[in-house]
Amino acid sequence: MNEVLTAPLVVEFPFTRSLGPVQSAFLTGLREGTVLGARGTDGRILVPPTEYDPVTAEEIRDLVEVASTGTVTTWSWNATPRRGQPLQHPFAWVLVRLDGADTALLHALDAPGGPESVSTGMRVRIRWAEHRGGAITDIACFEPAGDEEGPAEPAPHTGTFADPVTGIVAEARLDYTYTPGRAQTRYLNALAEHRTLGERCPRCRKVYVPPRGACPTCGVATDEQVEVGPAGTVTTFCVVNIKAKNLDIDVPYVYGHIALDGAGLALHGRIAGIPYDQVRMGLRVEPVWTEGGRYPDHYRPTGEPDADYETYKELL
Amino acid sequence: MSTTATHRTARGSGKEPVAVVGVGQTKHVSARRDVSMAGLVREAAGRALRDAELTWADIDAVVIGKAPDFFEGVMMPELYLADALGAVGKPMLRVHTAGSVGGSTALVAANLVAARVHRTVLTVAFEKQSESNAMWGLSLPVPFQQPLLAGAGGFFAPHVRAYMRRTSAPEHIGALVAYKDRRNALKNPYAHLHEEDITLEKVRSSPMLWDPIRYSETCPSSDGACAMVLSDREGAARAPRPPAWVHGGAMRSEPTLFAGKDAVSPRAGSDCAADVYRQAGITDPRREIDAVEMYVPFSWYEPMWLENLGFAAEGEGWRLTESGATGLDGDLPVNPSGGVLSTNPIGASGMLRFAEAALQVRGLAGEHQVPGARRALGHAYGGGSQFFAMWLVGAEPPVS
Repeated sequence: MNEVLTAPLVVEFPFTRSLGPVQSAFLTGLREGTVLGARGTDGRILVPPTEYDPVTAEEIRDLVEVASTGTVTTWSWNATPRRGQPLQHPFAWVLVRLDGADTALLHALDAPGGPESVSTGMRVRIRWAEHRGGAITDIACFEPAGDEEGPAEPAPHTGTFADPVTGIVAEARLDYTYTPGRAQTRYLNALAEHRTLGERCPRCRKVYVPPRGACPTCGVATDEQVEVGPAGTVTTFCVVNIKAKNLDIDVPYVYGHIALDGAGLALHGRIAGIPYDQVRMGLRVEPVWTEGGRYPDHYRPTGEPDADYETYKELL
Repeated sequence: MSTTATHRTARGSGKEPVAVVGVGQTKHVSARRDVSMAGLVREAAGRALRDAELTWADIDAVVIGKAPDFFEGVMMPELYLADALGAVGKPMLRVHTAGSVGGSTALVAANLVAARVHRTVLTVAFEKQSESNAMWGLSLPVPFQQPLLAGAGGFFAPHVRAYMRRTSAPEHIGALVAYKDRRNALKNPYAHLHEEDITLEKVRSSPMLWDPIRYSETCPSSDGACAMVLSDREGAARAPRPPAWVHGGAMRSEPTLFAGKDAVSPRAGSDCAADVYRQAGITDPRREIDAVEMYVPFSWYEPMWLENLGFAAEGEGWRLTESGATGLDGDLPVNPSGGVLSTNPIGASGMLRFAEAALQVRGLAGEHQVPGARRALGHAYGGGSQFFAMWLVGAEPPVS
């Protein structure tokens, strides 16, 4: 029983991004096989372009077209590519200064010859993706090039294209291993037996449910376990009339704060087994378990008289 | 000897007085698809600089705030936005205190000036709710934990019910606040919601979402940014328009949940207000403060905060609202700008409260100006009523 629970926690979301004028031109250009840079106030060509000058902070809108060939300014070998990276076999991360640009762009270099074939100063060119839609992945990767030189002078460009890309979707994903810790593990193991186990603070004597291993007020460990409930009092609640996206509960339903008997603070749960418009503060309730549920499915009235306001007003 | 050195020697110990010399904000809307996040913060910052008649070169440091990272998936805005905010080669830091962040961010910036670390600091806060997902960010499916059974409104609605029970407040108070704030917003060209045809009846008959909170008693979802330029006494002396002087500022926090937490009137909030009043020499906030910009995302939070911030005795906040005292023509106007109920770019909402308080004492609030406002309070809260940030600004410099 001493084993602490762990579980994977994957957080992922497709964030949208409005591009603004400069990133819009840059990504639309990639879709058209054109690499655009911006001319800074000191005359340097910035690729990828920025909206604001990194030195003077002035707004910059003077766009130019640079070559699709360039020089590696530095690199790092990636022997074990991960999910979502530009290539699924070992490759080099490279900073490439495209011909005509003064700054370098980060991307992948497909180097079948292995790390020995990559060097700072080597010449590379863009390998365009087969299907392009206006994203940095329109450049599939870089590949080694011969001595071919792009035009040294960048050509002015209006940045105007038909049907410009104005926004992108940026998929974000984070992989964690989550552990609720020792106190919560004890609590969860007890819940599996339909018992609610709180922990008492040795200093203020209040009982924490769920326990967190420490009293946040006194800052001391809570190691005395105390069984609370199973019945409790509805301290306050609201009637939910709009369906939440990720919840399969028919509206209206009652979301309540329930102070289990003996607990020093209320936990939350759904109140059912009573018409929603008859739920009230002070209602006495007990948990209802369903097969396989980690938590009570809901709380229902016990039939006892309502608790007096004075008995729970400190728990609001 | 340079002026700076003379100035610093002359001051010796004690805090440098801090002045708000520039304020800027965007027109808040539901979606700003025409600008990047960099373009959005730039717009507000540029307006603050123009108000102060300063350039990027005049700024010594930048302090930025935004809502929790998961809302927009931008983890280090201080890096991504450095060039847009002219911060290259300067100190730039990010502040993070959930919904109160706009207030905390301004206070961190003010403290840098008060401590004479920097002379002129740009502070910015923003949110692009259209490109984020606050609900998702707030309800990550943490393993083993019981999912929250309600949205943000559902989280706060039980506390509103507890307030009503505790104070015997009549049911119509919430609608009065929403109607007032939405009417005030009509006088603020930057406000998101401009409901020209709003009536009290419309508020009272809007759908009940999380009983006792109705649809029209909730805040909108906005894209927007706010910026301020803070400076020292010399900066204030050079400012082309009247500055707002910081007379007090404080932050307090407490856990989301603990045994003994008062979710209706959190101690962190009342302690924070008491600290600000002590610094500012305020003994009777109701009489001595001319305008209040408080963080009211759900209408009932006006009477709740009126009590928490010491403007009304416990149980009496709703009477103040009901009496009309908090209206634009009342003796304690609350949220003359229309408040969070009319505009809510979350990360910026706290700073908007602080900035609107500053505009009031500068006499630059335009149509929603409270006549003759000399002292105003800006207030922000966040998380599960657990982070608080407030400042009190005045038309006169503080007496040191």
